[in-house]
Amino acid sequence: MAEAAPTVVIRGGSVVGPTGTTRADVVVADGVIVAVGEDARVPAGAVVLDAAGCLVSPGLVDLHTHLRQPGAEEAETVESGTRAAALGGFTAVVAMPNTDPPIDSAAVAEEVLALGRDQPCEVLVAGAITLGRRGEELAPLRELAALGIRLFTDDGSGVQSGAVMRRALEYARGLGVTLAEHCEDAELAAGGAMHDGAWSSRLGLPGIPAAAEEAMLARDLALVRQTGAPMHFLHLSTAGSVALLAAAKAEGLAVTAEVTPHHLALTHAAVCGYDPTFKVNPPLRTAEDTQALAAALADGTIDAIATDHAPHPPEAKDLPFDQAPPGMLGLETALSVSIRALEGVLSPEAVLARLTSAPAAIARVSTAQRPAAFAQGGPIVVGAAGHLCVFDPEASFTVDAHRQASRSRNTPFAGTTLRGRVRHTVYAGFPVVIDAELQR
Amino acid sequence: MSLTDQTQSDQTQSDPTQAETEPAIRTTIGPHLLSVADLGADGIAEVLRVAEAFAEVERRSIPKVPTLRGKVVATLFFEESTRTRLSFETAAKRLSADVLSLAVASSSVKKGESLRDTVETIEAMGIDAVVLRHSSSGAPEQVARWVERAHVVNAGDGWHEHPTQALVDCFTVRQVLAEGAGVEPSSLGVSCFAGLRVLIVGDVRHSRVARSEVLAYSALGAEVILAGPSSLMPASLEGWPVTVADDLDGVLPSADVVSLLRLQAERGSGAFVPSLREYTAGWGLTQDRVGRLGQHAIVTHPGPMVRGVEIASDVADLPSVVVTRQVTNGVAVRMAVLFLLLGADSALEGLGSTRG
Repeated sequence: MAEAAPTVVIRGGSVVGPTGTTRADVVVADGVIVAVGEDARVPAGAVVLDAAGCLVSPGLVDLHTHLRQPGAEEAETVESGTRAAALGGFTAVVAMPNTDPPIDSAAVAEEVLALGRDQPCEVLVAGAITLGRRGEELAPLRELAALGIRLFTDDGSGVQSGAVMRRALEYARGLGVTLAEHCEDAELAAGGAMHDGAWSSRLGLPGIPAAAEEAMLARDLALVRQTGAPMHFLHLSTAGSVALLAAAKAEGLAVTAEVTPHHLALTHAAVCGYDPTFKVNPPLRTAEDTQALAAALADGTIDAIATDHAPHPPEAKDLPFDQAPPGMLGLETALSVSIRALEGVLSPEAVLARLTSAPAAIARVSTAQRPAAFAQGGPIVVGAAGHLCVFDPEASFTVDAHRQASRSRNTPFAGTTLRGRVRHTVYAGFPVVIDAELQR
Repeated sequence: MSLTDQTQSDQTQSDPTQAETEPAIRTTIGPHLLSVADLGADGIAEVLRVAEAFAEVERRSIPKVPTLRGKVVATLFFEESTRTRLSFETAAKRLSADVLSLAVASSSVKKGESLRDTVETIEAMGIDAVVLRHSSSGAPEQVARWVERAHVVNAGDGWHEHPTQALVDCFTVRQVLAEGAGVEPSSLGVSCFAGLRVLIVGDVRHSRVARSEVLAYSALGAEVILAGPSSLMPASLEGWPVTVADDLDGVLPSADVVSLLRLQAERGSGAFVPSLREYTAGWGLTQDRVGRLGQHAIVTHPGPMVRGVEIASDVADLPSVVVTRQVTNGVAVRMAVLFLLLGADSALEGLGSTRG
């Protein structure tokens, strides 16, 4: 941001902290929190954001965003994706490397990082594990790590060769980075368009069995045990994966995992009308899986919520179901959908922790890994970065696929009225969203 | 129901198109036929009843009625098919509809036009019905959401459904049962299906015919039993009104109808069994197995048959194997479907113009 950050006072909200929620105003100046307390004095010229009845949370961090640039700018750009992120309360997103060309070289990584400057949220970049995401030769992990990249994944597909994954983990061990896997055995999943089960059988669509995810997860857990390198597991979707992960954590393996809002909120029954909007990978699973994922998020087996925001232009989703690409939007609805899906399982404050501190630690951008004034994920204390999300739990809104910041419209929640809405987003001290409107 | 049937069929003896002024005929089916589930038992009964009237038309020296004159039926086949396409086009022509036959191989689809644009383009030409065959399950349901006013008829979508084939099979089974009982098929209504044991054998996983037959036969009160290699059963049968027979030979003697499915080698079904030889030995209708069937058992096959795989060549030529009848009946049943979907409109329009 070229100009200096203004002074911002967030007034009348309840500040979400690690030990509970307290009534407090928050004052941000020059991009840093300078006061947290009741009845803060409003400096002359300050921007005052009303937060009455709202939760004031650290800015959200998305571990899993497809910004589509370079290569698929008709679906999304860094600019449109970060605008969608800001509307969703995010102050940082991790851009996935399955672009065209993929982020498997310093040149492409630098291009995306450069595009990410001066946007309404921070753009972190995940690098590819292998060249071209082909699963054969390692990408220059060390060179990419030197650019600040801390997460690597071939997301979109899993690294099929166990031997290649083993080498990657061994090489990554000394670099202070985490490898993240899209767990999917390509042969078991081949041709599949939705979850392999009751609905695929009825609809006559080829299925992706739960075993396609679980087989690769089990292999990777064995490789973590073998190599000692940490791993993060993307968008887990089955009860079987939860059980594998719980056992691995009980054993003390250095593993983390994420779940998407849509895998918490929707089941394979959503595919009943063959609307490709509901085609996603991993596929929407059963109600039992949904419940197991929610319980795992509550008990810490799964660490974080991540969107897997995957824009596709309308023409791509107007294809027959089995020909349409998988993926759905998530950034603008993630918090509202997650809170609703986890009602009775997790409090809104606990949901926020799984969208802030937990993903920030996995992305290695939390206060443990960065100076407080630049860290993501909170906590909201004096001296911390001015990354904040103000969420009104009582406001409701109806999702309009045509009125989103994203360039694409493939939200599975179109027409749905959601309770709870991101009202303001403050990024690096700038109020980038006020009353659910982007400020530029 | 049976009384209504009787009245209707009496009328249709003289002029089947008279039926369209009967309130009872403007039921029920439509605006689209995407799945047998769209019909329910009453809808199936209606199709069979009207089809019986059209079967009579087919026996005339000039087998043509003016019922759908001025209507345009487009057949849009994105997958190879001989009999279904010809059957629909013949049906439409016998109803005096104009037929637009879109050959996908030579159309703009080859130039990259999407299914949605193709459908919207042909609808803009003023067509009244789209008969759609597509290799993707659900394509007709998607098309039905995209059209403004055209009726969509599913002529087979992926592994999902082939509703008119199941209707043809029900029609043919009733016809054979009626002959055995020495009565008119229409006099049986659909009560003849109650308690009937229908055995569906083979590649259920990849079969749209099987999915439509399960829905149709069970809606009419038949007991449906599936048999085949476990690897060719659907991943889950949760919610299916069927039982699965582990021992084909054990259930053959009690089967009233045996529906043989084609082993769909072009969909890779070959890899689901060790060999065609092993498939035939386990689930083919061989001479030995025919011997186990009851005297009046009816064998159906949606065609095209692969002789020597799912059915032995000599068996295929037995009188209990009604494949040729199925093909013949296909036209009358598809006439009924087109009439019930499109005729209701013309009946209403006709009323307005002649009485106005």
